[in-house]
Amino acid sequence: MENPEALIFERSVPGRRGFRLPPCDGPVRPSEELVPEEHRRAEAPPLPEVSELNVVRHFTRLSQQNFSVDTHFYPLGSCTMKYNPKLNDRVAGWGGFALVHPFQPAAHVQGLLQLLHELEQLLCQITGMAAFTLQPAAGAQGELTGLKMIRAYHRLRGDDRPTILIPDSAHGTNPASAALSGFRVEQLRSGPNGLISVEELNAKLSRKVAALMLTNPNTLGLFETEILTITRLCHEQEALVYMDGANMNALLGLVKPGDMGIDILQLNLHKTFSTPHGGGGPGAGPVGVTKALADFLPTPRVRKVGRRFQWDDRSRHSIGRLHGFYGNIGVLVRAYVYIRTLGKEGLERVSRAAIINANYLLARLAGTFPVPFGTHCLHEFVASLKPLKPLGVTAWDVAKRLLDYGCYAPTVYFPLVVEEAFMVEPTETESKETLDAFAEALLRIAEEARTAPDTVRHAPRELAVDRLDEVKAAREPNLRWTPAASQAAEALVSPGNAE
Amino acid sequence: MDYVSNTDQQLQQMLQACGTHSFEELLGTVPQAVRCRSFELPPGLTEPEALELCESLASANRSLREVVSCLGFGAYHHLIPTVVDAVASRGEWLTPYTPYQAEASQGTLQAMYEFQTMICELMQMDVANASLYDGASSLAEATVLALRTNGRMRLLVSEAVHPHYRQVVSTYLSGFPCVIQEIPSTNGVTDLESLAASLKDDVAAVVMQQPNVFGCLEPMEQASGLAHRAGALFIASVYPISLGVLKPPGAYGADIAVGEGRCLGSPVAYGGPGLGLFAVTSDLVRRMPGRLAGCTVDHAGRRGFTLTLQTREQHIRRERATSNICTNEGWLCLRATIFLSMLGPQGLKELAELNLQKAHELWSRLQDLRVMTPAFDQPFFNEFTVRYTDGHTAETVNRALLKAGVVGGLPLRPWYPALDEAALWCATESLTQPQIARMCDALRAS
Amino acid sequence: MNIPGDLRYTKTHEWAKPLEADVLIGITAHAQEELRDVVFVELPVVGAAVKRGDQAAVVESVKAAFDIYAPVSGTVTRVNSALTKSPQLVNQDCYGQGWFFAVKPDRPDEVKTLMTAEEYAKTIQAEAH
Repeated sequence: MENPEALIFERSVPGRRGFRLPPCDGPVRPSEELVPEEHRRAEAPPLPEVSELNVVRHFTRLSQQNFSVDTHFYPLGSCTMKYNPKLNDRVAGWGGFALVHPFQPAAHVQGLLQLLHELEQLLCQITGMAAFTLQPAAGAQGELTGLKMIRAYHRLRGDDRPTILIPDSAHGTNPASAALSGFRVEQLRSGPNGLISVEELNAKLSRKVAALMLTNPNTLGLFETEILTITRLCHEQEALVYMDGANMNALLGLVKPGDMGIDILQLNLHKTFSTPHGGGGPGAGPVGVTKALADFLPTPRVRKVGRRFQWDDRSRHSIGRLHGFYGNIGVLVRAYVYIRTLGKEGLERVSRAAIINANYLLARLAGTFPVPFGTHCLHEFVASLKPLKPLGVTAWDVAKRLLDYGCYAPTVYFPLVVEEAFMVEPTETESKETLDAFAEALLRIAEEARTAPDTVRHAPRELAVDRLDEVKAAREPNLRWTPAASQAAEALVSPGNAE
Repeated sequence: MDYVSNTDQQLQQMLQACGTHSFEELLGTVPQAVRCRSFELPPGLTEPEALELCESLASANRSLREVVSCLGFGAYHHLIPTVVDAVASRGEWLTPYTPYQAEASQGTLQAMYEFQTMICELMQMDVANASLYDGASSLAEATVLALRTNGRMRLLVSEAVHPHYRQVVSTYLSGFPCVIQEIPSTNGVTDLESLAASLKDDVAAVVMQQPNVFGCLEPMEQASGLAHRAGALFIASVYPISLGVLKPPGAYGADIAVGEGRCLGSPVAYGGPGLGLFAVTSDLVRRMPGRLAGCTVDHAGRRGFTLTLQTREQHIRRERATSNICTNEGWLCLRATIFLSMLGPQGLKELAELNLQKAHELWSRLQDLRVMTPAFDQPFFNEFTVRYTDGHTAETVNRALLKAGVVGGLPLRPWYPALDEAALWCATESLTQPQIARMCDALRAS
Repeated sequence: MNIPGDLRYTKTHEWAKPLEADVLIGITAHAQEELRDVVFVELPVVGAAVKRGDQAAVVESVKAAFDIYAPVSGTVTRVNSALTKSPQLVNQDCYGQGWFFAVKPDRPDEVKTLMTAEEYAKTIQAEAH
């Protein structure tokens, strides 16, 4: 494989232009008269000066250094890296959805408002919750929204409850969101079966607890069998139950969070509902609530009045606004198209196939890598790569070696409760052949760990770069290019990159 | 229609390979009591049926291709070079995950590094992150950073900062024991006397927007000086395209610069997704929220890129993280990087100049009609506030314009009741002379 | 296992060395081995008051951050600013150049209540099982 690409700045040639603008079609006033000296930019920003071909080739070739769902199996546990339908992207890009201004009159956006209204209702039907907000821009922002509603709810009752209970297996955003919302976090130690321990919960529940934040199925891919007891115990103490819906892919058509006693739920549209991850977003984290909490939802909300749709700002107890406008509309449109395309049978089939795919992989791997909790799983499972430790090979090493086999690695070292954790979520869209190839690759790597451990420890070898020095990156942070840096880096750019 | 690759027959085979014969056996841990009794949803659709449905929804919207819009107020309709969509829509850009496995994500990581560099250059700041959700939440995160940095508990926020941004800040800070004090404006800009009088030693930060919500240019340098003399941080919320002609926040001493970056290569899309920009001076880098791509080398000495300073983030620091953010706006970062590469320094300057010229032309032509006067006597970039005169109101004016397929200036009364009959007008490079003529004709006729 | 006999220890893997004017504090060889490459150290402010058992500093590797606790109560007299430029000193010389900070103890005897080298060695052995 080739050496790394030059930076776009290193391709810059003074005077090159990628894009030309038309001249002003009206009178041109001297701009010094329009913008006084004190407000004027003294020097143009040193952006790269490159041609359109430079740009196209640079960014196309860079893209080819990425593993993506479109090119590789991507079994990242808890991320639900399913196929992202192209149809959804196309529709979201239409002028009718992409070229409308947030303050155009309601009469101009009836189609979009109808879509948003219907999406809320569809999410209610899927989850059994009574009302939704589509405003949060990602799961973490959804959590923040939920936690703020919890706080407002207790405040209104005249109750000061400073604590949130969170299992130690929870995703890091859960405690981070709780802290950001001004709560104290108390950790619940998982029971020996990997689930929430009802005893531990009972011991920690009190009138100082605002809510329990849980994930179901949890981050080990296990269903919290005692969920009805758990939610009942919380409600008896008048604590609310928040569910992180990141693992909704296991529940479609099978279980509705609303039927489990959940008070607040956030969904990740970029997981269960197929919207593309884009290398780190955009996502969307709609939040669903019971009727009792609907008044606390962020405003504005879409209301149907007769046959027309409009935004409604009125609310007695809304926590306010989380987003500059109405949320990640482009993502919401994609999710809507997905839900309508799949419909009832399609969504039911999603969870069924996701669970079967995951169990199939578990069955193929459990002989070599212990799966600590149970012989079956739901849509994902966590294996432990502990058996390789005595050979000097870690889960991290195996993840890197999988890249050489053309497979993105599963999530490693999460959840924290499993040693050398390897969390695998194949999703429903993957074929049996892909799963077989993955299992075979892992088994071969396990063999390599025994016979040629250095091959695994020094992986990856087949990609554009070998294992990167993350220690250097942290000790000597280099977070931007500067012209001086380019001279030093010149030696590293291969001749193959010149145009 | 669904996207499951395996046939029912294959799924059945796989079930058997798990040592089970029925799917129900895999659900042993799910109590019957919580199983769905009903799952009522419309039936699925094939692609042609879905397209038909979506077309009917889309056609019930009037896009900016059909109407002329003079709306701004934090969302701006700018050109997008064709290359941006063409390249960014590649599956290799659109469908990867966050680049935690660096070696398999060099494309995304290098693009992030280039993005971070360009934002630093645009804003003239030391370090920029690889995005937060949008301009409003970026501002909110900036205030959180300020409160946590100097331990002071008061924020001074100009009333000329976008009201939605101020609402988001307020929502984010509801769990903090802090005071948010609004600084009034005079003649369309933040009242510096009032600011100075409020700058006690308990102020963590001063927050101002450039151009401000009325479109006016603020005395950022003076305000920054006042803030620093009082030991407070200065937070600037800026409009990226305007930085083609306007002085960048680093040049007037901003400690934190934030903004809405959607205008750099992504469509207005009814306000979302956005692209939250966030840049700081170097001493604040370890307190910065959001992802950072760093340059390093691999074991063979080749240059490469990786996420770095991750101990600030939620997946490691959990409740002590700088923020809770995980998924951000990676794809819009990429689009912005391509956009800025296509424009280059000269192109960005020309684009900003076009905005300046068109807005001033619109302003001049509207004045001539004698239905409105400028609300403030201040320089502006591409937005300006007017007051209607001679019995004209925002409603009558906009009604007349709508008949001609034009959306007129946004009435400001809902947010600024004291500014009776005032409206905010915006012109970007997309506004043409014939469109201006059409507007003037419609207003003259009414 | 490298556990100098002339130092005192805590069960959270800090070492303490009583000097004339103050008590020098760092982390043990066991701790830095578990941490692996140290990339950043956050030190307390000189003059700050610390209480025994309170978090006083933070040490970071690429993938984790750990709190360092004050072994004794007192006032911070000096901090090892060399660690800002060279955090790897913690790995290279954890009992010498890799020291973190020093505290003037409220009670000069308090350091004697900490574990001896033998006691610390026993706790590490117990942890391993």
